[in-house]
Amino acid sequence: MKLNKKVLALLVLGGLSVSGNSMAGTASAEALANTCAGCHGIDGSSTGPAIPSIAEMSAEYFNEAMLDYQTKDGRYNTIMTRIAKGYSEEEIKLMADYFAKKKMARYVQKFDAEQAKAGKELHDKYCEKCHEDGGRSAEDDAGILAGQWTTYLHYTMDDYIEGRREMTKKMKKKVKKAMKADADAMSKLINYYGSQN
Amino acid sequence: MSGISRRNFIQLTGGAAAVSTLGVSNILMAGKGAGHVVIIGGGIGGATAAHYIKRADPKVQVTIIEPKKDYFTGFMSNEVLNGHRTMDQIKFGYKGLESRGIKIVHDYATNIDAKAKKVATKANGNIAYDRCIVSPGVDFKWEMYEGLDAKISAEKIPHAWNAGPQTILLRKQLEAMKDGGTVIIAAPPNPFRCPPGPYERSCQIADYLKQHKPKSKILILDAKDKFSKQGLFTQGWERHYGYGTDNSMIEWVKGAEGGIIEGVDAKTSTVIGNVDEYKGDVVNIIPAQKAGKIAFASGLTNDKGWCPVNQKTFESTLHKDVYVIGDASVASPMPKSAYAANSQAKVCASAVVASLHGKKAGIPTLVNTCYSILAPKDGISVAMVYNFDGKKIQKVKGSGGLTPMDSSPEMRAREVQYAYSWFNNVTADAFGARSSI
Repeated sequence: MKLNKKVLALLVLGGLSVSGNSMAGTASAEALANTCAGCHGIDGSSTGPAIPSIAEMSAEYFNEAMLDYQTKDGRYNTIMTRIAKGYSEEEIKLMADYFAKKKMARYVQKFDAEQAKAGKELHDKYCEKCHEDGGRSAEDDAGILAGQWTTYLHYTMDDYIEGRREMTKKMKKKVKKAMKADADAMSKLINYYGSQN
Repeated sequence: MSGISRRNFIQLTGGAAAVSTLGVSNILMAGKGAGHVVIIGGGIGGATAAHYIKRADPKVQVTIIEPKKDYFTGFMSNEVLNGHRTMDQIKFGYKGLESRGIKIVHDYATNIDAKAKKVATKANGNIAYDRCIVSPGVDFKWEMYEGLDAKISAEKIPHAWNAGPQTILLRKQLEAMKDGGTVIIAAPPNPFRCPPGPYERSCQIADYLKQHKPKSKILILDAKDKFSKQGLFTQGWERHYGYGTDNSMIEWVKGAEGGIIEGVDAKTSTVIGNVDEYKGDVVNIIPAQKAGKIAFASGLTNDKGWCPVNQKTFESTLHKDVYVIGDASVASPMPKSAYAANSQAKVCASAVVASLHGKKAGIPTLVNTCYSILAPKDGISVAMVYNFDGKKIQKVKGSGGLTPMDSSPEMRAREVQYAYSWFNNVTADAFGARSSI
């Protein structure tokens, strides 16, 4: 399923890159990445809680997300589905590699200490295997969770749980288990990630 | 010398200045090494350009000439009219830019001598440059309206289209208005700064009136027959403000049906249209627009009153080594918006630094995103990615567009939050992050 979607996205891209690439050639990684800063913050570290930081994000996650936004009925979002369609696969790769090398700035966020403590336990049990280092790691296709904006994390988990965004099989299983063990698991986890700066 | 000590003044040029003893006719020499870029205008365009020049090459000296000590953002100023945001929340000083190594001269630039490569100022004499970036924003075509000028606008009939004292005046007038009063918003002809702005303003004022003065009405007199995000705004007016019913709080009169205005009687708050006269209790005329004054004084404008530029670099097609960005430039198909100015500033900064190093400008890539808030939990947007086709800026086919008409209430609520977060990020990109987020 996941793979099919990727293939589909590549097909879409193949069509797009003809019109997407101007006669003038491809812009530099920095020029491309700079256009993101207006919304995602300087070098991809956001100062607005509804918009995620994209600095330090793994190139794999970045590429996958952008391709998914380009796909019809792909990842759920109102703005990024429109923006992502403006870039060729080559341009997306340039941006992905650029942001992967930037350090993510983490800001102090409000959190509930008790929930965060319970969240750490849940994280260790259900999430740490893929989202290593307490969710700080950006290995493979795992998004950075620690220090990411909690407003954004709430949107994301709502979308996953309510079926608007597709989870990987692995994640689906773990989320189900975590929520079965504790109905308030998501809130606790998000408090934990928000507690890290 | 408007807050600049003589010592700072010399520092502006890295000590290379020739300062007269009177301090009025100084000619500041261009800095040695990487060069000196003088930026006229410290709004989103100018501030972003300064930031990104320093990022590209910290050795380039950058000076911003800006008369105001604080900048108030036009975006989100409609929320001040509603009472949802304070003036302080849209106010940005220049300390953040100074800490990025950028010199700020609080003064009026009066003229650019493109041959001698110097900018004349009111109080600081001439300032020499290697490259000059002009980001002056808009000025108003007062001559199109009988009975309206800058003074009447400042005192009685605010446009509030440059956020600042007029935003406060319009807010006060709304607060003082009786329940059952009529607010007139006159929307300008194209092209103008912030195409969805007048209609977002109608929503923000309507939201305030709905809470506090529910018998009141808003009359939009439009010079145009259609406008930005019209379908979404109309849907929002219907959803929140009774549009289309007998009890609608908002009425929109298009140009073809009497919306075009010719003047105002400020004493009686009567707007004179080309068909009818309209009496208002609060009158907000947003006049037709043209490039800011300095663009005219320096011969940077075309016969339509805007500044033609090479769309790859934003260098003026009329004067070498002078660049124009933001609302004043002809960057069509990009709109005159803050995000467009922010994006253009980065392309221009990169081209200016390349040119100082004797290199060719890189390939430009640009983005615009523009949010409008219809009600506290209802936001919409338009977005677009642009590239360069070898001659001019073009929309990337298949990208961008509007919020879908059937977007879910939850996503519409998120768009409001996206707008607030965008505000934080775009202002930090231009002016530097605030100490508290």
